[in-house]
Amino acid sequence: MKIILKNIEKKGYLPDINSYMREGGYKALKNALHMKPEGILSEIKKSKLVGRGGAAFPTGLKWEFTYKTKDFPKYVVCNADEGEPGTFKDRLILEKDPHLLIEAMVICGFTIGAEEGFIYIRGEYFKGYEVLQKAIDEACRHNFLGRNILGSKFSFKISLYKGAGAYVCGEETALLDSLEGKKGQSRVKPPFPTFVGFNNKPTVLNNVETFANIPEIILKGGERFSRIGSSFSPGTKLYCLSGDINNPGIHEIPMNVSLQDLLERYGGGVRGSLKGVLPGGVSSGLLTPRDLDITMDYPGVQKAGSMLGSGAVIVINDKHCMVDLAEKCVEFFDYESCGKCTPCREGTKRAKEILINIAQGKGELGDIALLKELQEIMFDTSRCGLGQAALNAVRSALEKFYDEFEDHILRKKCKFGVCPIGKDI
Amino acid sequence: MSIKKCRQEFEKIFKKYPDKTQALLPCLYVAQEKCGCLTEEIVSFLAQRLDLPKVEVYSVITFYSMFSFEKKGKFVIRICMSLPCYLRGSREILEAVVEEALCIKPNQSTEAKKFTIEPVSCLGLCDIAPAMMINKKIYGNLTPQKAREIIRRYKQEKDK
Ligand SMILES: Cc1cc2nc3c(=O)[nH]c(=O)nc-3n(C[C@H](O)[C@H](O)[C@H](O)COP(=O)(O)O)c2cc1C
Ligand code: SF4
Ligand code: FES
Repeated sequence: MKIILKNIEKKGYLPDINSYMREGGYKALKNALHMKPEGILSEIKKSKLVGRGGAAFPTGLKWEFTYKTKDFPKYVVCNADEGEPGTFKDRLILEKDPHLLIEAMVICGFTIGAEEGFIYIRGEYFKGYEVLQKAIDEACRHNFLGRNILGSKFSFKISLYKGAGAYVCGEETALLDSLEGKKGQSRVKPPFPTFVGFNNKPTVLNNVETFANIPEIILKGGERFSRIGSSFSPGTKLYCLSGDINNPGIHEIPMNVSLQDLLERYGGGVRGSLKGVLPGGVSSGLLTPRDLDITMDYPGVQKAGSMLGSGAVIVINDKHCMVDLAEKCVEFFDYESCGKCTPCREGTKRAKEILINIAQGKGELGDIALLKELQEIMFDTSRCGLGQAALNAVRSALEKFYDEFEDHILRKKCKFGVCPIGKDI
Repeated sequence: MSIKKCRQEFEKIFKKYPDKTQALLPCLYVAQEKCGCLTEEIVSFLAQRLDLPKVEVYSVITFYSMFSFEKKGKFVIRICMSLPCYLRGSREILEAVVEEALCIKPNQSTEAKKFTIEPVSCLGLCDIAPAMMINKKIYGNLTPQKAREIIRRYKQEKDK
């Protein structure tokens, strides 16, 4: 069952408009232009599609909020800032099937009453940028973009906007600030972008993969989509397997797949023996071999105490030291924190210090309590998701691999030999 | 001086974004690419044309890791240090590259501005971890030895 990769996985498929149309591309747009916005909204709500960028918010609802406000102009923004370590699925769509995204954004614009859209793409995706720009030009020539699209009264244009290397710009409100040419620091929510978004106007902001589901829903109907995979969060998911797995890569699978099947059947098995899995990148909590039978849909992963996020499934084998990895995760957040709010700016720094100390054999048992307290405070008081999630991995490592921390603190020992304990540094 | 090189492109961008502030990032991109780095002159010019305080332009430049006031090497080596690459040995890759590229430390450039080494966050190449980029080119499934060979090839390029 392929929805997003149905074209990409065909042999010889090229990212140009002819290939896309040969596979039935832009039919969904033609259909949509003959539907009423309410009709489109109803299909998308029926599909039970939720956002694939991390927060899993119902897409139909997001579009409906924006549709209903009477403030104009409205905007459509695609989040192609893909920065969560372990996520590389959006790049695939951008480079290999750009028209799928463009078609979906035009449909979105028509539905909510917007005439302009932006694709905010991370600066390091050089190839994706080129491919997209070419695709936008092609779509303009075919009048799938531009004035009076396919003879209708609807006009829509899309521009590309390049990020410049800041993970936090993936957060929706930080992205909007960056798209306005400013520093990408998060805004206070509410108000949400659906009401106060780009240039303070109503804005639908969706992830690349979320958009990529839209043409299928228009063509086959929301009801049918809602029966795919998991009944809680239907559809397929692009799972990105990385780390200690035999076949790292992207797999599109209906969301009722179990973690075990994902790793064994699709990932070709773990390299070495399994120690832990971060199912939603470094922002998520660790799962352990005991969780292998969970269903990899949004509620399933949440019930196991973690989150699916963007689907960055990072596999960790038993050669790695959890103190070391926890420190690596925090280092990332410390580097990427935008510095706007104190809990995150200071919290990530202190957590990193504490973990480095432990790794060097200078830790105390009290440090563990401190880390837990830091996690709670940051979770409760950080302004955006970066700070709130920054210590998720650390918290779960403390819970599930406590003895490793104790080894470093009490016995001054790293049994994996990776931490600098006892070495001269 | 640096303005001259960018003038034409700047004007195109100003026209494309009548909403002035939005033009800032695209202009900085152009300047960085044409001049190799950003300068005081560019800051003053853009601040004036876009009706922004200079401090705002400075803060934007320093916020984003892809902008810089320091001239970077001809080849910018971005080595991913995030977890999936780390699990596959990115630490050894960084060490090998630092050594091979004539002993400059991370975040520094070689004397002749040939290389700049930047340890960076995930590049979206985790399926071919450990990975790095040299300018726009992607290198994956690295081993320390492979990384050394790649750098060696870039080094030879100068001598040609
Ligand atoms: C720190 C942080 C980084 C994020 N990075 C991304 C990202 O790179 N891509 C993305 O689509 N969403 C990212 N998100 C989620 C967005 O804020 C937002 O929820 C999402 O783009 C909405 O689209 P969706 O409903 O289609 O998922 C990030 C969130 C946070 C807190
Ligand atoms: S939580 Fe961190 S990234 Fe988010 S606003 Fe606060 S300092 Fe910035
Ligand atoms: S972690 Fe290195 S490219 Fe993603």
